[in-house]
Amino acid sequence: MDKALYIAMTSAKNNMLGQAIRSNNLANLNTTGFRGDFEQARSMGVYYGEGFPTRAYALTENPQTDFSEGSLLQTGRDLDVAVKDKGFIAVQAPDGSEAYTRAGDLSIDSSGVLRTGNGLPVMGNSGPMAIPEFQKLEIGQDGTVSVVIKGEAPGALSQVDQIKLVNPDESLLRKGRDGLLYAEGDVQPDINVSLLSGFLEGSNVNPVDELTKILTLARQYEMSVKMMKTAEENSEASARLLQTNG
Amino acid sequence: MNPALYISKTGLSAQDRQLTSISNNLSNASTVGFKRDRVNFEDLLYQIQRQPGGQSSQNTQLPSGLQLGTGVRVVATQKQFTVGTLQVTEQPLDVAINNRGFLQVQLPTGETAYTRNGQLHLNANGEIVNANGFLIEPTITIPADINNITISQDGTVSVSILGVVQPQELGRILLTDFVNPAGLQSVGGNLFLATASSGDPQSGTAGENGLGSIIQGSLENSNVDIVEEMVNMITTQRAYEMNSKVVSTADQMLQFISQNL
Repeated sequence: MDKALYIAMTSAKNNMLGQAIRSNNLANLNTTGFRGDFEQARSMGVYYGEGFPTRAYALTENPQTDFSEGSLLQTGRDLDVAVKDKGFIAVQAPDGSEAYTRAGDLSIDSSGVLRTGNGLPVMGNSGPMAIPEFQKLEIGQDGTVSVVIKGEAPGALSQVDQIKLVNPDESLLRKGRDGLLYAEGDVQPDINVSLLSGFLEGSNVNPVDELTKILTLARQYEMSVKMMKTAEENSEASARLLQTNG
Repeated sequence: MNPALYISKTGLSAQDRQLTSISNNLSNASTVGFKRDRVNFEDLLYQIQRQPGGQSSQNTQLPSGLQLGTGVRVVATQKQFTVGTLQVTEQPLDVAINNRGFLQVQLPTGETAYTRNGQLHLNANGEIVNANGFLIEPTITIPADINNITISQDGTVSVSILGVVQPQELGRILLTDFVNPAGLQSVGGNLFLATASSGDPQSGTAGENGLGSIIQGSLENSNVDIVEEMVNMITTQRAYEMNSKVVSTADQMLQFISQNL
């Protein structure tokens, strides 16, 4: 059997996987703090013995996550925060480890724990943060959470804790299965990261870019299918030549 | 099948939910005491097809792996308890709560519900009720032959009776607050019910312990920002279109392969 058929097949198959990454980006066009993923194809040569190096299979992979910034949306809510420039908010993942996110749609649960929109506790200076009952809450630029405690004078702001803001090297960050970012090793808070209260950061996905990539992948896929068709026609032709009952 | 089909499908249904919430917000743009909803999106699980750092041969490693996201989901709708603007109506039984707190309403079932809608009325017995005729807790009965109703900032209801110099105090409207108002369950009719995530209701006198004060003759408008909702509607529609474009592209690819091979 002609190997061209298999090479064209891996190309078509990997184009579909690449499209999965791109369409996931597009599906998250409106997800707060979402970071898009890149997709690229690598040629995996399977060369052995003497002869032409013609067997190179395609392999789709996502080398990195796009860490560029998304647009800021004003919400006016005290508990909405956006990370300015580079940096991440540290949260506690369900397995207890520390993970990072840019989604700052925070809320407070019935026991006073500060949580992200999907219910993960936000890390303070030492573990998750508990906030006393308050009349008014302010989140400062450096992540300091201060509240006017219930029943106290409006002037008496008391500082509760500080949201852990980090800025690890982007090459150390990996997206986990849950879409949160995980770092290798211990990450220390970074004082240069600042928050903007009353804003949310949108997704950093560029819809035009993603759609163009999807269409390019679709055309490439069609070309691979065409190659498969050609391989089929070739073997059909040779089968005809070899027919003996002519 | 092409995974892109199902991934875009999650995008389509999420944008659909978003539009539902936007249209509900917009239709309640002039509902007194309404709090707008926001839909929270979250990316779905990622499938690791090839672990980053896997061996590509005995001595070499793949520099990056392949993780496929599976789309988006609506994780929650969140009520936004920001304060609406105040509207002066000069009606004696209109009250607005300035800042935190809810009025308590007794449902016909005996349960207590909570509302920010201060359009109060009197029923045939002279009791203060909300627009649906449910009693406001604690029940306050206004006598028949009165001249004027005054509701003070701390919720004290007093009336002046014709021919009597001293105003007569009838009772006090209490306010209730929750640790996490966004955790309340909306049941329609501008009413909310307490849940495990909202925390226990804490009643108190208006204007004390962090509760807002009661303002007579005013109403709290809906906190829906029409411009914001319109802009959200545009982005939602475009995101929907993009995702449906991906569905049709994926469909064309499958069509192409089934026609050509």
